[in-house]
Amino acid sequence: METKKMLVGALADIDPKGSRTIRVNDMEIALFRLSNGKIVAMENKCPHKGGVLSEGMVCGTAVHCPLHDWRIDLNSGAVLDPDSGCVTTFPIEVDQDKGLIYLTLQSA
Amino acid sequence: MHLRKKLVLVGNGMAGLRMLEHLLKLAPEQYEITIFGAEPYPNYNRIMLSSVLAGGAGLDEIVLNDTDWYKEHNITLHMGHTVTRIDSVRQKVVSNQGVEAEYDELVLATGSNPFMLPLPGADKEGVIAFRNIQDCEMMIETSKAYKKAVVIGGGLLGLEAARGLLNLGMDVSVVHINPYLMERQLDETASRMLQKELESQGMKFLLSRQSEAIIGKKRVKSLLFAGGERIDADLVVMAVGIKPNVELAQTAGIKVNRGIVVNDYMETNIPGIYALGECAEHRGIAYGLVAPLYEQGAVLAKRLAGVQTEGYSGSVTSTKLKVSGVDVFSAGAFAEQEGTRVLKYQDEVDGVYKKLVIQDNKLVGAVLFGDTNDGAELFSVIKNGETIEGREKELLLGIPQEALASGSGNSRLEGLAADEIICGCNGVSKGTIVQAIQEQDCTSVGQIKACTKASASCGGCKPLVEGLLQIYAGEAAVPVKEGICGCTPLSRDEIVAEIKRMRLMTVKEVMNVLEWGTEEGCTKCRPALNYYLGMLWPDEYVDEKESRITNERFHANIQKDGTFSVVPRIYGGVTSPTELKKIAEVAEQFEVPLVKFTGGQRLDLLGIKKENLPKIWEALGMPSGHAYGKTLRTVKTCVGNTFCRFGTQDSIAMGIRLEKEFERLNTPSKVKLAVSGCPRNCAEATIKDFGVVAIDGGWELHIGGNGGVHVRATDLLCVVKTEDEVVEWAAAFLQYYRENANWNERTSTWVERVGLASIKKALESKEERLALQSRIQATLSKTTDPWKQIIREQELRKNFEPLTKVETNH
Repeated sequence: METKKMLVGALADIDPKGSRTIRVNDMEIALFRLSNGKIVAMENKCPHKGGVLSEGMVCGTAVHCPLHDWRIDLNSGAVLDPDSGCVTTFPIEVDQDKGLIYLTLQSA
Repeated sequence: MHLRKKLVLVGNGMAGLRMLEHLLKLAPEQYEITIFGAEPYPNYNRIMLSSVLAGGAGLDEIVLNDTDWYKEHNITLHMGHTVTRIDSVRQKVVSNQGVEAEYDELVLATGSNPFMLPLPGADKEGVIAFRNIQDCEMMIETSKAYKKAVVIGGGLLGLEAARGLLNLGMDVSVVHINPYLMERQLDETASRMLQKELESQGMKFLLSRQSEAIIGKKRVKSLLFAGGERIDADLVVMAVGIKPNVELAQTAGIKVNRGIVVNDYMETNIPGIYALGECAEHRGIAYGLVAPLYEQGAVLAKRLAGVQTEGYSGSVTSTKLKVSGVDVFSAGAFAEQEGTRVLKYQDEVDGVYKKLVIQDNKLVGAVLFGDTNDGAELFSVIKNGETIEGREKELLLGIPQEALASGSGNSRLEGLAADEIICGCNGVSKGTIVQAIQEQDCTSVGQIKACTKASASCGGCKPLVEGLLQIYAGEAAVPVKEGICGCTPLSRDEIVAEIKRMRLMTVKEVMNVLEWGTEEGCTKCRPALNYYLGMLWPDEYVDEKESRITNERFHANIQKDGTFSVVPRIYGGVTSPTELKKIAEVAEQFEVPLVKFTGGQRLDLLGIKKENLPKIWEALGMPSGHAYGKTLRTVKTCVGNTFCRFGTQDSIAMGIRLEKEFERLNTPSKVKLAVSGCPRNCAEATIKDFGVVAIDGGWELHIGGNGGVHVRATDLLCVVKTEDEVVEWAAAFLQYYRENANWNERTSTWVERVGLASIKKALESKEERLALQSRIQATLSKTTDPWKQIIREQELRKNFEPLTKVETNH
């Protein structure tokens, strides 16, 4: 297992209740900024029909997929009732002093 | 008090318990009841196990009868006891822990066991079935330490297990002996579509493979197939089928074939001993699905209660696959045979497949893939055995929802016997629902759900439950007060009134003050509140883009592949060679995959990547056509008297004027206009939200039309003489709609809801019209072209661009 940590941007790059994306290798990852300031990262793909989650609406701690309104928990990546499934999440570190966001990826 | 008869139930599962619930309703005082259950749990909903595995439900949530229920009904429950012997002479049973119980009537509901393939190595660690709670727990544990899972069996259960394992993060391969999946429920076409969908979810398939041995030392390492091929495996789940649990019956001398043989009254060959559920065999069939068990339970309960019953005559079964993102339904005899006729609908673009099998003008089988909304209804048509002559295509192409709740749907519901199962997931009969309505005063689907569990699982039977509510509750079936969404009980009018009264200024403030049930609302209430606030406070309110739906946030239409489309404004549908050249150049420069005319006389550039949107807008230099929002879309025009020999007025100029007047306007739902130059109406103005038709010396103004899902022709509002009057009435109508309709309510629905008369009345005085017009002008004066704004402001533009990474050495 190799762990890769990368600088992906600054806090100001993401609007509150907004999202930005980043492509790492073959995967698109969505970064979300919750109202409480927390940044989370997950694969930018709804497990239902592959909807682009970064374009969904952030409501509290969930994002609604823009295609069929599935709700994904932003903290755990779990699909919320009444649907089921999960989205891969990635650890995020925020350097509060400098306002920078770091993403950690593990690859085999 | 007279002495109660003793009833012993062997098996604490769904079939036995459902029968008991039924019996307790029919004859609550008749029996002293004892239950033996081998699993150390109260009765739970086994069909929901896949939800437990999928992480959607906790164990507590799938318990059907908790321990209090047993106490409440004075039932003695021996949990964790397996009955080892039946003494049919002395009429008693003995458990493995030495507990004895005497009976007058004995019911065997011992269920079934997973069929474990007798492969060499099947006893190794990591080889399990998918049948009970322990299996689920084992899978969850295994997934924490191991990676590769192999499921043997590509049937219903196998696929549900495989999906669960995928959710647990495992690498899952499904091995199936047949060339295609779920062959007992699906035909080859549906099966291939299912396979494709599951493959896209990450499931792998090894079809036409015969498993030969399980290899490994202590724990499984791999699975070997006939022919020498092998696949690595840390976990092997066998889901190849079930076999009825008959050993106990067999040793007691009860007649056993594949299952315990019963007659139409669920009686075995020994008097006083009955069997039902998966352990029983009726007319040669041992059922493994839940609905037949309930039907058998209803018959046996009546038998035991001494109530007249016609007996059980077998079940037509239906199946729904509980795998998220996949909708599959199958019922009855779906195979094409001699003497049957078949109707098929296949759409590989949207992944929809439907097949109906018809024999002697009756529906005998159905397979649905991709769109299973009609499953419950089709199943009920199959079970009724009614003739479907003349309705075949309607059944194939989809039953309109209105028809379910009224007309022919209702008369059929009325004719259903009380025994008929309405909710197949929870085995709720029509009788139970009617009783809940009539005796427990249920007046909404929600209350019926809480009372009876009907429609609580897949929800497919909801239209039927609604239909029953209409028939049996009649006037009392007032819909419970429902708010604009699940976050609030308040209606649109109440919310708007409160916002005005308390001068609430932001979405957050509204939610706080009006005590929203959720932290930040949902995709229904957030955009609605954003609209109402903008409509009420045009000067002060700052639009919240994060509360806008996707299309309105990106000012483009999101397409199914995540790309967007761009429609520039072309007023009245009138363009020029220069403008066309410009659009053509931009399309070439950005290699736009598809250029198409829209239904509203505009040009659509499709297949644009998000990051290219601002660049294309900039290159075009045209205003946004707003083809994506709840706003004025287009004003369609015909040529009019400019060129047309029939034209009576200048419809093009009128259309362009209206479009320039009202472009960028936020409205509750999208608004389409059209202007026709004569009553031949080539611009199709009478299916528009606001349609203008020129007549000799004037203009007819029409409102509330719709050419979409629910086609509706307009109502004539009035006839005016001048172009200025057309604009004045249009402004007044649109503003009145903005101030009074629900968010997301088209004018067609709104006009029907409030009535044409009320709108005519509101707009009848000139003074009122001018007041409305000045309010709409105030709102319009604040709007700007969103494309230009995004091009200009980096703070907005950044959201269209991906982030770039810098690797660090931390």
